[in-house]
Amino acid sequence: MKCKKCGAKASVNMRQHKLALCKEHYLDWVPEQTERFIKKYEMFGHHEKVLVAVSGGKDSLGLWDILNRLGYQADGLYLGLGIDGRRSPSGDGIDYSHESQRLTQKFADARGVKLHIVDIEKEYGQPIPILSEISHRGHGKPCSVCGLAKRHEMNRIARDLGYDVLATGHNLDDEAAVLFGNTLNWSSEYLLRQGPVLPASDGLARKVKPLCRFYEREMTAYCLLRGIEYIYEECPFAEGSQSIYYKELLNQLETTRPGAKLTFYLRFLEARKRGDLFIEQDIAHAHLHPCPRCGQPTSTADLCSFCRMIEKVNSVPTS
Amino acid sequence: MRMSQSYREEGTLSRQDGRITFRGVPLVKLILRNKEYEVKPGMTLLSALQKINIVPESVIATRDGEMILDDEILKDGDVVKLIAVISGG
Repeated sequence: MKCKKCGAKASVNMRQHKLALCKEHYLDWVPEQTERFIKKYEMFGHHEKVLVAVSGGKDSLGLWDILNRLGYQADGLYLGLGIDGRRSPSGDGIDYSHESQRLTQKFADARGVKLHIVDIEKEYGQPIPILSEISHRGHGKPCSVCGLAKRHEMNRIARDLGYDVLATGHNLDDEAAVLFGNTLNWSSEYLLRQGPVLPASDGLARKVKPLCRFYEREMTAYCLLRGIEYIYEECPFAEGSQSIYYKELLNQLETTRPGAKLTFYLRFLEARKRGDLFIEQDIAHAHLHPCPRCGQPTSTADLCSFCRMIEKVNSVPTS
Repeated sequence: MRMSQSYREEGTLSRQDGRITFRGVPLVKLILRNKEYEVKPGMTLLSALQKINIVPESVIATRDGEMILDDEILKDGDVVKLIAVISGG
């Protein structure tokens, strides 16, 4: 497969865009697209201070790298969660938080960018798994407490340190999995809130997701091609999680229907923007009128879809 | 020798000149995390992933440190490292 821009051997093929690119052009394309999404969704400007929530994973480090390449004032925030796979139920993991902090610090040092580190245990007396145990939240898994603590601390630090906006590395697969879960449950409140930008409100910093239109696969490719060292091991508590299961299901769909994930997410954003979600419509009387040929009700301006199809068939000369 | 996942029930594996073979045919090795799979050379990466039941969208394949695409023909002796792309919890 050849690069669409230069004809060299392609390194990445994005079937949903019908676009294959070589390493050089892919590494140009990703920041260009990120800049486009930042502007399209009015996330932030070059005059604003951005705090990037970094975990040591491919998405957040990739995002931080891209924002720095684009010339934004982007500092990093790492939250030490105190997760150690050796103390997880399976007991065969790595010291996850220690390793992810090491990789994040290494990234920051190599580029000379500012990194804030906040340790949950130092701030609140216990690491996340113990906070979860003590508080009896999350049905035996610390993920719910982890999410809660991260949202709280990211907002607190962004506000206390005077950042204009908090950026996270959520990619399209993250967003599609959340959307899929919320759709399965018809969680209208969550559906109406999901989007690339969560505007600032009283006490809450503006939150943005500049990678929300990149597939997870594309962010992995970006980090590999850029030589960004990220934590490859999964959080020891993520095994068997619902979001990973949804991602796997959506990837099966994507394999046979390229672009399905992107369409699912973008059509949702369009519907939300139009205000089409959860507004009851009088479907039975929605601009129906009789088809001028067959008389059956149709919503199209002229002939009904069936009559148009027959007309098209009849217009093709038969041999 | 670690048995191939895809050929486990079809016959015996052996080694010839340090290479893994199946009925005398050299194999291609694919590695995902700590699991190893073997397929016959001559098929595309996409066919190989389908044969070992790995969803192509969920991995990136590298050979000799270079990323390879679905249409790449796998050759005798190739070792393909598969990088899982899904993360989160």
